[in-house]
Order: sequence, then C-alpha cells, then structure tokens
Amino acid sequence: MTINVGANVNGKAVSAEVEARTLLVQYLRDHLGLTGTHVGCDTSQCGACVVHVDGQAVKSCTILAVQCEGANVVTIEGLADGDTLHPMQEAFRDNHGLQCGFCTPGMVMAAVELVTRHPQLSEKLVREGLEGNLCRCTGYHNIVKSVLAGAEAMAS
Amino acid sequence: MYDFIYHRATSIEGAQAIFKNSEDPVYLAGGMTVLPTMKQRLANPSDVIDLGKIDGLAGVERAGNEIVVKSMTTHAEVASSSAVATAIPALSVLADSIGDPHVRNRGTIGGSIASNDPAADYPAALVGLGGTVVTTSREVVADDFFTGMFETVLEAGELITAVRFRIPKMAHYMKFANPASRYALVGVMVAQTDDGIRVAVTGAAPCVFRMDKMEAALTADFRPEAIENITMAADGLNSDIHAGVDYRAHLVGVMAARAVAACG
Repeated sequence: MTINVGANVNGKAVSAEVEARTLLVQYLRDHLGLTGTHVGCDTSQCGACVVHVDGQAVKSCTILAVQCEGANVVTIEGLADGDTLHPMQEAFRDNHGLQCGFCTPGMVMAAVELVTRHPQLSEKLVREGLEGNLCRCTGYHNIVKSVLAGAEAMAS
Repeated sequence: MYDFIYHRATSIEGAQAIFKNSEDPVYLAGGMTVLPTMKQRLANPSDVIDLGKIDGLAGVERAGNEIVVKSMTTHAEVASSSAVATAIPALSVLADSIGDPHVRNRGTIGGSIASNDPAADYPAALVGLGGTVVTTSREVVADDFFTGMFETVLEAGELITAVRFRIPKMAHYMKFANPASRYALVGVMVAQTDDGIRVAVTGAAPCVFRMDKMEAALTADFRPEAIENITMAADGLNSDIHAGVDYRAHLVGVMAARAVAACG
C-alpha cells in the first residue's frame, strides 16, 4: 500500500508517496535526503535516530512515517541557523563531546529536548535523560559536559 | 517489516469497524511493542489500525479514591502527572522507569497492558495496586485480566479505553532492570490497600503474578524481615542471557524486601 505523507520538516512543508511500512527515519533519509539522522541499531535502543515530532524526542526507527502526517518534525539539519551552529551543537564541539560522530545527531536532539523539559539541569538528570542514547567512543563523560554547557548557552 | 494496509481511525467505533472487516488486523497505539515485533517479522498483520488520532483517549485524572488513566496516555504523561505523583508516587516512579525518555514519549499504558509483555512494568502496577481495566465492552479487575505470556482476556477487536488505580495507603515499586533495555528482569510492586497487602511480581515469570505467601506474612508483620525466609520456586521462571531461573527467583525476594523497606 502506498500513501501520501505530508509533514512540516525543519520548517518546510514536504510530502512524499511512500509505502505504509516506511519508517520515519527512512522517510527523512531516503525520500527527503536528510541523512543527518542516523540508523544505528534499528531496534529502538541506540538513539542515533532521535528527532523531534511535535516537540517530543522520538526514535524515528520506531515510528511510521504515516503516523507523522501533519506533524512538525525537526531533525539535526533543522537546528543550526545558517552557518551558526545551535548552542547545543557548539557545546558538543567545544567540549569534545564526540569522536566518530555517529551517535551525535541523536545525542544533540535528545539533549535539546531534555533542556526544554528541565530548564534546571543537573549532571544526574543529564545521565538519566541520555539513557536512550548509546555512544561507543567517548565514555559519555564529555557528552554530559557538553549537554550541561549547551543547556547553559541555551539559557543565555 | 512486511507491508500492510494502513488505517487512521478517528473514533473508537470506527477503529472497531475496521478491525471487524480486516483479515488479520492489529491496533497501533504508541507502537513501542507492535512496530519492533513487525520489524523482526514476528508479526505480519494484514491491516494496521492507528489509534493515534482518536480524540479524547489520553489524559489522567483523579476521581474520588482512584486515579483514572485513559488508554492512550503516554508513560511520560503518567510520569509527569501531578495527580499521579500526589496520589500514587509509586506509579510515577514506575512509569518513569520504563525504557528511556524517547520510548516514554510514545509508549502508552493501554498498549503496554494489552501486549502483556512478561517483562513490562505496568502489569505489576495493575495487579499490585488492584486496578481495573476498562474496555469498550466491560470492566475487568487486574487479577483476571492478564492470562499468560503476551495474553490477556481481551477479545478480538475489544479496545482498552482506560485504567483505574485505587489509591493505596502506601506502595512502592522496586525493579532490577535490564541494563540495556530497562525492561524488568524482576519488578515487584508492594502495596497496602484498603483490601489488604498486595505483592505483584513482573519479569520473573511468563506472566505477572501475586506472591500470596509474602502477602500473608506481611499482613501479620509488615517488615522486610517478615519475608526474608520466603523463597520463590525457580521452576517455570523466565531464563535468558541476562538472568537464569535461580537468579530471578532470588531477585524476587530482594526486590520485595526493598519495596517493603521503602514503605517503612
């Protein structure tokens, strides 16, 4: 079954004819060419595919594109303002919050939602909030530092 | 994932009518169980009926001595509900321990209990607090609702509309979580209710169950020491790479004792 799915992605109205079984992450990567969102485990565990749907962080490998009909979707490509990185992206760069970078899009998207949810972040809240995001390089320490710095930058 | 016919339901009656007219349909709530199962090709439904756009199926409210959670309420909404936090803090803690933040943003209470995954948390809340499941055709008390691994009394097409939890005098949920998925290797809800002490165990066996011996011992003496000599038989418990039967049996006692201690 094919179905037309229209949504607002990173502020632009988009639509594509997709199979009903198309996952949101496939819609973003294969149909819209937004390859910043990564597929890591494809089993809802690693969080590399986290995007925002109507303001909530979700794993785009575990939601159908058709479930997002009419939704506002923000991906990692939607964060920066032209050449100016989002404060959370900048914080990851400044604090060496990434090595290979594969998990980073999901980490940053999860972190931005976490800040929105908890304006007063603590290290404990960051570690709990990143429970659904796996990184195999950094050992998390610098990611936590990045998120705390990014939260501070977002507040100012 | 095999392809399927997608339906976006806009009312409960509409969803049930589509279900009735489909060959091998499945309801889709948050999709946190259904979609991974379909991706692994363990399920191959002919029709997927999305409940996400039906109005009025989400929300939490206090009604008298009960907390009523509508079926499409997400785990994140239960975890952040001030009504739940005030009346049944153990339920907030339980909801906030499911999966991870992204899963909690999508997964729903109705989907969780309809799936009845042996390692899911909500069955322990339902049975431990003595809750009631409200469906499109009846009300079922939690003790009668869960019938076996991934099985409930729900009939084909029947939809859960809400879950009611009686507010206990005191309750605590203790879980030994799988470190990756956060599913319960063993989770125990201990509650002091108007009808007595209830101890419900999830994760250990194919289906949630009550620990009668512990309930009796705690009724006589509500202290962790009262249940320290009650052992769980390992026969028939779940076993996987994360924990064998003996370890799970041991964890039942440990988690129950911790839950009782937390009530003190």
